[in-house]
Amino acid sequence: MDILIILEDNNGKIHRMGLESIVAAQKMATGLGLSTGALVLGANSDALADEASNYNVGEVIKLNNSFLESYSADGYAEAVKQVIEQEGPSYVLFGHSYQVRDYAPKVSAKLMKPFLVDNVAVNINKGEAIFTKQMFNGKLFSDIKPNGEGPYLVSFQSAAFSSDSLERGSSLVKEASVNIDSSMIKTESEPPFKEEAGGLDLTAADLIVSVGRGIGKEENIPIAQALATALGAELASSRPVVDAGWLPSAHQVGSSGQSVSPKMYLALGISGAIQHMVGMKGSKNIVAINKDPEAPIFEVADYGVVADVLELVPKLTEALQ
Amino acid sequence: MKIAVLIKQVPGSESPLPLKSDQKWVDEGSIAYVMNESDNYALEEALQIRESKGEGEVVVVSLGPLRIQKVIREALAKGADRAIHIETQMESNIDPLYTASNFVNVLKEESFDLIFSGLQSDDVGMGQTGVLIGELMGMATASLAMKTELGDGNIKVKRELEAGWFQWVTLSLPASITIQSGLNTPRYPSLKGIMGAKKKEIKVVKPNENINNQSIEKVYLPQSDKQTVMIEGSVDQMVEKLLHTFRNDIKIF
Repeated sequence: MDILIILEDNNGKIHRMGLESIVAAQKMATGLGLSTGALVLGANSDALADEASNYNVGEVIKLNNSFLESYSADGYAEAVKQVIEQEGPSYVLFGHSYQVRDYAPKVSAKLMKPFLVDNVAVNINKGEAIFTKQMFNGKLFSDIKPNGEGPYLVSFQSAAFSSDSLERGSSLVKEASVNIDSSMIKTESEPPFKEEAGGLDLTAADLIVSVGRGIGKEENIPIAQALATALGAELASSRPVVDAGWLPSAHQVGSSGQSVSPKMYLALGISGAIQHMVGMKGSKNIVAINKDPEAPIFEVADYGVVADVLELVPKLTEALQ
Repeated sequence: MKIAVLIKQVPGSESPLPLKSDQKWVDEGSIAYVMNESDNYALEEALQIRESKGEGEVVVVSLGPLRIQKVIREALAKGADRAIHIETQMESNIDPLYTASNFVNVLKEESFDLIFSGLQSDDVGMGQTGVLIGELMGMATASLAMKTELGDGNIKVKRELEAGWFQWVTLSLPASITIQSGLNTPRYPSLKGIMGAKKKEIKVVKPNENINNQSIEKVYLPQSDKQTVMIEGSVDQMVEKLLHTFRNDIKIF
């Protein structure tokens, strides 16, 4: 096949970003006149293969290898590399998940072929695929072109494509084999665990007031808390606030924290780094207050206020009371 | 214990980012540069390991034009022992395989036990260099480290997974590990450190790999397809308009 889609396991189901990369593959296949195929990985590959066969993905490949039952960067990278060598695709598509960030660069190094990461779009221009990526923390976009002979490895950012537009179909499942031995696996992994989130479930919140680096210092956090209380909202934050120790990690929204979709997400002094936006851009209404008119958060905001949070928020809280 | 820390100089979060007229890159002349955020944490982690072991060497390695010596000096002032500067002319070869291959050429000259790097740069954000280098050098790799525990001939790393999940992974040395922001509290350089840094060695070498497997066609400002309603006026007017929006548009009360 020409386009190989790599599908990751998420508790027995195809990872959401994997479904989104099928949509990307379907778009590229149509635009470039190419065929597609999907590779399922992980302990639940039978269930994943079944699920994938319901979509228009060409054919589904599953591997039967005991070294792939639990994740290791070395094992997964070697498996994907061998399947690429067997199938000879021009493009290999991934969702830009944390697992993919961990092992896909190894595939790139093994093959000395480029890995174009975290793309938000693909456009076909004169028979060539051009990929669009955010740079400088989302302040600029760039169109990137792979050079030289393929295969090209490409990952897409969460929600770059909507799985709502996934084409259904009926695809055949085939088994393939790869050679992996224990000497290739240089790490030993323990089972994943979840850290006590402090009982704060932001995913169910209707209203969220979220605070970013623009709040300035820890002593200013009560200003945001007071507004949250006045609105009856939960207090959340971006990563830098947690990294600085101003709020516990249970408050963090973004790719490494919680993903939220409240009725209103009020962002105070949040610039809008990509890692934050993927966790909140599904909110019904986004209101952003930031003194920097160029802040990327305004790209996704429904309502924007260019103002100093420290000046505006206390007055807003007072007016609400 | 010999640790290499890979650092990058990137535009600060408040820096203007004017585009060059050919729209192939930003105009570097008017940018305020800083050390990449996660690299700063990687440096701190290396310094803490050296201090807790009471021996060892921390070498910072950085690739870029002459201007990057500012962040190299900063790292030396914080306590790194010496530095290697891979001096490039090209300002925008964004291919991580180019970067990684040139690092490998320098790193393989010495036998490092650990290679630390920030998980992602705040400019192009490819997020691959540390893993690529580890793979090219046949080392164990781990990404998104939130904690490290050095053992005897190995290192245990708490990796961040998605949505609040974590995993401990043990890597035999040598290993290349990418560090996530927030795992420690980076120090500020002391005055003594700043003075001492001036005497520390910065070895300058030239890149000798010329790979270019991916390149920028065009850089541009984001085009939003979302209509943002801007709320303007004096602070009091903004407050009033926000309350109106809360009540009548978003209907939260």
